[in-house]
Amino acid sequence: MRQKRRVRVMVAKPGLDGHDRGARIIARAYRDAGFEVVYTGLHQTPEEIVAAAIQEDVDMIGLSSLAGAHKYLFLAVVELLREKAADDIVVCGGGIIPDDDIEKLKESGVKEVFTPGTPLDDIVKWVQNNVTPRQD
Amino acid sequence: MPLTFDNKIFDDIEKGNKQWQEELDKVFEARPERLTRFSTVSDKEINRLYTPADVRDQDFMEDIGFPGDYPFTRGVQPSMYRGRFWTMRMFAGLGSARDTNKRFHVLVKAGQTGLSTAFDMPTLMGYDTDAHKAKGECGKCGVAIDTLKDIEDLFEGLPIERITTSMTINPPASVIWAMYIAMAENRGIDRKVLGGTIQNDMLKEFIAQKTFMCPPVPSVRIIEDTVEFGTREVPRWNTISISGYHIREAGSTAVQELAFTLADGIAYTEKAIERGLDVDDFAPRFSFFFNSHLDFFEEVAKFRAARRMWAKIMKKRFKAKDQRSWWLRFHTQTAGCSLTAQQPYNNVVRTALQALAAVMGGTQSLHTNSLDEVLAIPTEEAATIALRTQQIIAEESGVANMIDPLGGSYFVEALTNQMEEEAFDIIQKIDDMGGMLSAIEKNFPQQEIADSAYHYQRQIDDNEKIVVGVNKYAVDEEIPVEVLEIDEKLESLQIEKTNRVKAERDNQRVAECLEMVGEACSGKQNIMEPLIAAVKANATLQEVCDVYRKVYGQYRDPGIY
Repeated sequence: MRQKRRVRVMVAKPGLDGHDRGARIIARAYRDAGFEVVYTGLHQTPEEIVAAAIQEDVDMIGLSSLAGAHKYLFLAVVELLREKAADDIVVCGGGIIPDDDIEKLKESGVKEVFTPGTPLDDIVKWVQNNVTPRQD
Repeated sequence: MPLTFDNKIFDDIEKGNKQWQEELDKVFEARPERLTRFSTVSDKEINRLYTPADVRDQDFMEDIGFPGDYPFTRGVQPSMYRGRFWTMRMFAGLGSARDTNKRFHVLVKAGQTGLSTAFDMPTLMGYDTDAHKAKGECGKCGVAIDTLKDIEDLFEGLPIERITTSMTINPPASVIWAMYIAMAENRGIDRKVLGGTIQNDMLKEFIAQKTFMCPPVPSVRIIEDTVEFGTREVPRWNTISISGYHIREAGSTAVQELAFTLADGIAYTEKAIERGLDVDDFAPRFSFFFNSHLDFFEEVAKFRAARRMWAKIMKKRFKAKDQRSWWLRFHTQTAGCSLTAQQPYNNVVRTALQALAAVMGGTQSLHTNSLDEVLAIPTEEAATIALRTQQIIAEESGVANMIDPLGGSYFVEALTNQMEEEAFDIIQKIDDMGGMLSAIEKNFPQQEIADSAYHYQRQIDDNEKIVVGVNKYAVDEEIPVEVLEIDEKLESLQIEKTNRVKAERDNQRVAECLEMVGEACSGKQNIMEPLIAAVKANATLQEVCDVYRKVYGQYRDPGIY
């Protein structure tokens, strides 16, 4: 039997927003939880994020946005994944995101949105419960 | 001259202290102390009590002294708030230039005494609204600026010959400043009378705020051009606002904020001196920008230590002779990262306490965050409450009646000394690495900040640090505040506006001007005059920044975590 690999997650910063404190803390928490972590660094276009996610064969993309452009950017990532037939990759997001927008994002395929104040362990647990690592 | 003259008192204090500790042991034996360890928000351990013994080596005249006198621990001006209050300067920017202009007028009418501009992400990164990378970002977290026309609309009807304007802009600071100067000159105002600040501090961008365009070395070269130009041409302008604010927001401790900010200041000073400028010609126009965080006394001590440290650095390290070079004048913003989305009205109280610390620390100007800033750009109502918070501190609380009210507190003086010592140790470490530019290349400050941020988050998650409404006193709730939304149509309207400007301008002239900017960038000529000419010809922000990117290359985030 082939062994299940560890969960491989990408933490991504789409757009021009430079607030990376949250993204970097999340990346570290994922690493400490035993996930394989790819952090894109800042200022990525949705195209760059999706290309990197496919190339790195990740199970999940965690998007972070704190400057208001989440609706366009998160949905562009979801849309591009669909186009590339890679929509088995789970997409979740976090940052400064108003409640109304959370509903819209979830309806459009973002699986979960984490807002400020969410404990790191809750986010890690959510990934453990909702993301299944693919077989190598 | 020590704080307390009579040495016998220290024997008495030691005796008294011993007695008190014995009493205390009995009390805590019956019922233990509330925590096993008491520490500041930066996790600096704090003693139970402070006495003259904690400051016994302090020399009043040398270490504390009088306001307006070296080392300025008590304030840079002799009069401080007995003369006039700090400048109440609310950071504002939303949507289009006209939208923000309207907000400026509202704030001025409400009693604000200086302007402060927030730009949207594309502007901060040197892109026009129609750039592919800018899609979805127009006007979201500040005002969108593409051309001189936008800057003209932004300041319409505002008396810029009298009121000072601060602009939070970094990689394209030189270009936006050129637009401001061009706008003033088109109105017939001499550049020599213009007062204000461009943030223009790229080192802290690589360290913390992360809006960058070109690599560190050419970024600093552009800054030094603005310093040189400002010294000669716009003498009332603060050419750099050396910023700790973003370092702290990114998760540093108070001491790290202090050390990294002053180390940035040292780097800018060294570069300007290398260029052949006299320290006393430019240093008086350096200003600083700090965070005021949750831990009240730690913040007050930080501001006092900052003033004393910069005075020493300027006088002893750089041999500055002009008193004004020794002054650390600073703007303060309350800590955005301390606000909570949960129970957002609590943020009014947090901001008030932080503003109080800034005032007790002797700030020259202050922005108070709005209660809804954790959710979106502030509404007019929320921004007004934030401004009123400052006015209540100034007019009602009485804390502005005397200068440096906490000076002489055993605790505050001891903490001031301790923070100074620890920050100087970090600066020494950076010096040993070859200065801040090398330290940044080695990711030293970035990694230190990431470590502190993670440590703090873990403390919150483990309930070692309490955030009211988040990990204690939490309730199930609907967020009850109104949130400002930026109209999605703005983006296409802004693109149309810029296209109209492009259709009406002389493209030949624009091309010539951009070529001259390029030549200045690759050569040694100061870039500011060619920039002013280019923006007067209606070259767009991105057209100019593309020249920078072409000549100097682009910086990519190393993505460490």
